Amino acid sequence: MSGDGALAWLRREGRIVIVGASLAGLRAAETLRKEGFTGSLTLIGDEPHEPYDRPPLSKQVLLGHATADRTALPRRLALDAHWRLGVAATGLDMAAKRVRLADGDEVEYDRLLIATGVHARPWPHKSEAELDGVFVLRTRDDAARLQRRLAASPRRVLVIGAGFTGSEIASACRERGLPVTVAERGAAPLVGALGGVIGRAAADLQREHGVDLRCGIMVTALEGDAPGRLRRAHLSDGTTIDTDVAVVSLGATRNTEWLAGSGLGAGPRGIACDAGCRAFDVRGIVTDDVFVAGDVARSPHALFGYQFLSLEHWGNAVAQAETAAHNMISSSSERRPHLWVPAFWSAQFGVNIKSVGVPSLGEEVIVAQGSLSDRRFTCVYGYQGRVIAAVAFDQTKWLEFYQRQIESAAPFPPDYPSVDRRPEGLRPVPAEFPDPSLPTHGPSVTVSGYSPTDQRITFVPAHA
Amino acid sequence: MRLVVDLNRCQGYAQCAFLAPDVFAMHGEESLLYNPHADETHRDQVLRAATACPVQAILVDDMSDASAAAGDIAGREGPAGVR
Repeated sequence: MSGDGALAWLRREGRIVIVGASLAGLRAAETLRKEGFTGSLTLIGDEPHEPYDRPPLSKQVLLGHATADRTALPRRLALDAHWRLGVAATGLDMAAKRVRLADGDEVEYDRLLIATGVHARPWPHKSEAELDGVFVLRTRDDAARLQRRLAASPRRVLVIGAGFTGSEIASACRERGLPVTVAERGAAPLVGALGGVIGRAAADLQREHGVDLRCGIMVTALEGDAPGRLRRAHLSDGTTIDTDVAVVSLGATRNTEWLAGSGLGAGPRGIACDAGCRAFDVRGIVTDDVFVAGDVARSPHALFGYQFLSLEHWGNAVAQAETAAHNMISSSSERRPHLWVPAFWSAQFGVNIKSVGVPSLGEEVIVAQGSLSDRRFTCVYGYQGRVIAAVAFDQTKWLEFYQRQIESAAPFPPDYPSVDRRPEGLRPVPAEFPDPSLPTHGPSVTVSGYSPTDQRITFVPAHA
Repeated sequence: MRLVVDLNRCQGYAQCAFLAPDVFAMHGEESLLYNPHADETHRDQVLRAATACPVQAILVDDMSDASAAAGDIAGREGPAGVR
């Protein structure tokens, strides 16, 4: 069969399997159908729920404005798919083109898309993690459990880790009138993702809203009572906090364990793929029939020196899934690279935080508009003399401009006058990112070097 | 009815909060909070909001034209995809 004939056959009656039934999996499935794929389509998801949206879980749901079981994603077209929900994929046989499932079943594919995402990094001490009152927040079931507990008016909530999720949880708790302590190993909230300059503004914001924020500190132990309920947390400075709820917000771990031994270039940092979303095998050779999208992928990006980026971003899941799906059923000349400019948002303490580019690559930062003390500003990050990222607090309107600056590798510091430039924004200052070998809560963007088979992991868990 | 807002695209124009106040609300100066599962009785409101959104960031179920997809330029330009 000729190459064209094989592609036409694949599009007409091939078997496509998508492992991961969340945002990326759903959008990929929709794109496949929209682009004319008429073969068999199977979606495999470890959660028993149809695809749902996660960003509301740490915001609307915790505030009680929406319920956790009603965040299912809207459907744009009938998928005519086989749904295998509530059953995890447990293995991959690339030679036989088969996915093994937890229930013993096997599913054969002609093309496979892996979009298994991430899971919340659990509290490292298992017996403490099992105490009643210790939570993580990633899934809709997590959110339902936590929301129920918050509604029961606990005397205090301890949030462990002040990344975006932890900070949003703290914000929701304060809005509900609950006393909150936030314990962050780094120097400030959000410091791993946005650096020390904005981190200090985020710290002030939390304290203004009544958060008992403790930075440069680790939680060393969680203590329960005889029936197994959380009662107290022990901190590295020797103090204790009486609390009945602790939310562990220590970032996420990529769901790649099921691929161990498969021969795919998958490790704790994710699954390496080329710019066209095709997965690499452990030899560094790109596969023809295995594609990757969403949080679990790490792919080279032309704008960032072709380094591999892992992006835990809603918009990346959408864009990469659409590109991967298109490429799965296209000839090589019609394939597209995934060139999405990283972007994300967070809402916390009444402030809308938005980011474009890769802040954590920044060496220096300049307050281009507004003022840090007003909590209304746009910071621009520079890397090797060019604009690499911009972050706005309640100044969304500027980000589109800076996205174009990033895309065109505009010089840093910006060489043009701008409106609302304040004295503090006249010259760049160090961006103050922590040493990446000492991560705090895990940034949501990880730059992971150049090797497609790089399986190293640098996270060092806290020792009690 | 299900809906999702692409908050990367959202610029906080707040048209939705005026047109469908039971479903969309501004939270602070620029943040938008919305109910991802709006009551059917609010369908007309929500569709008006989706149509009026200056950056076409609101995606709802039951779009008659599947090309009105997030990320699809053609679908962003008008209300054609909203029933």
